[in-house]
Amino acid sequence: MTEVEIKQAVRDALSNVAPEVDLDALDPGKDLRDQIDIDSVDFLNFVIGLHKEVNVEIPDADVAKLVTLDGCVAYLTDKTGGS
Amino acid sequence: MTEFRMPSLGADMQFGTIVEWRVKPGDAVKRGDVVALVETEKGVIEVEIFENGVIESLAIPPGRKVPVGATLATLSGDGKKVEAQAAPPPVAVAAVTATPVQEERPPIKASVAPPQAEEAARLRISPLARKRAQELGVDLSGIAGTGVDSSITVTDVERVAQSVKPSAAPTTPAPPATPKGLDLAAMRRVIAAAMARSKREIPHYYLSSTIDMRRSLDWLAAENAKRPVTKRLLHSVLLIRAVALALRSTPELNGFWIDDGFKASEGIHIGVAISLRQGGLINPAIHDVDKKNLDELMENMLDLVNRARTGHLRSSELSDGTITVTNLGEQGVETVFGVIYPPQVALVGFGKIIERPFAAHGLLGVRPMIDATLAADHRVSDGHRGGRFLIAIDRLLQEPEKL
Repeated sequence: MTEVEIKQAVRDALSNVAPEVDLDALDPGKDLRDQIDIDSVDFLNFVIGLHKEVNVEIPDADVAKLVTLDGCVAYLTDKTGGS
Repeated sequence: MTEFRMPSLGADMQFGTIVEWRVKPGDAVKRGDVVALVETEKGVIEVEIFENGVIESLAIPPGRKVPVGATLATLSGDGKKVEAQAAPPPVAVAAVTATPVQEERPPIKASVAPPQAEEAARLRISPLARKRAQELGVDLSGIAGTGVDSSITVTDVERVAQSVKPSAAPTTPAPPATPKGLDLAAMRRVIAAAMARSKREIPHYYLSSTIDMRRSLDWLAAENAKRPVTKRLLHSVLLIRAVALALRSTPELNGFWIDDGFKASEGIHIGVAISLRQGGLINPAIHDVDKKNLDELMENMLDLVNRARTGHLRSSELSDGTITVTNLGEQGVETVFGVIYPPQVALVGFGKIIERPFAAHGLLGVRPMIDATLAADHRVSDGHRGGRFLIAIDRLLQEPEKL
């Protein structure tokens, strides 16, 4: 997967749990949970969404790396062997 | 022949607007089928039918707002009536106390002024039509409504939008996107009405108990380390399961106060309070929590929250809750002081899990602790029984592997 595809996958997964959020207004370096008031159920839905979009297994210990948009892209790029 | 009526989707609902029919005359339906989309103050809900049969006729066209209990369609049964649910469920009766089916105004409005004069001052429009008008930039004044009591329907708005198209462009920026049909002001009014009724009619008592969560959290961490992401568990699902199991021994907290009496519920359907990010609150139920394992409950919860966010809740989820659980811990709240959602008789609140000093057997340690609170109805139970219920939750959470 290219970085562009991964970015799009992250956006898709997020808009699925928070359809009302303007994704372009988010700071990709900041914790999502502080920016858009998502609860733990939403966050788990988001992580499951990432797993389904990108088709990688995400161990529980890695979930902490997924709290920012940048973090998601970096983690998923790494997992899919992209550059 | 039976009649399919506008269901009450909670204590705070008085009216609903048919947005779309999913069936047509001649269609065979069975219990649980979604037959219509109905707009309420809490968004658009998928309304299910409660018996098997064949649709004979549809009585209400899309866009029409009707009171709870109004006939929506007629049905020729195949004799397999599953439950006496053709009429609104018992909850509905209590929910619209003293509001006859024909009553188009909240009872309080039937005061001195002639209703017609009073109504003229207020724009009659469904939330969905109002939202559509905002989207299309339609000026609502001067639209001749074709709905009930000349209320403005989506069709009216779209007709006017068509006719004024050239002048288009609304002058005000569009409001932030909200789920389909969600009118926040209207939602706030219905929440206020239900909560005012709760505070007025229900003699609440409140109990609090602090529960050691170490065993539960340790067990959860070990489980989640083994599980794929799609099977992961959250601690809130342990809490809901513990509540359901504790209710088995305190049935007086599970059910409805209807017509001056308590009706215990056979099923344990836990309403989960979900706060909507745009504002407002909704508490759809997870059915039969005591009969489901943690995996099924987690799946139910993920699905329920997702559908609450995207506006695809089903009618049975909104009308069937027999008790409510609210978990405000993620907002940093330590202790919840609940307001019961009538006609239910109890609400369980959970706060944030916090590390606190913990003394046992003469030793002091640090443990993750959670405050569990109960707001319950004194007409049905008392503090002694409520206390036993909280102790039962505590005991259950000490053996998470058995939940």
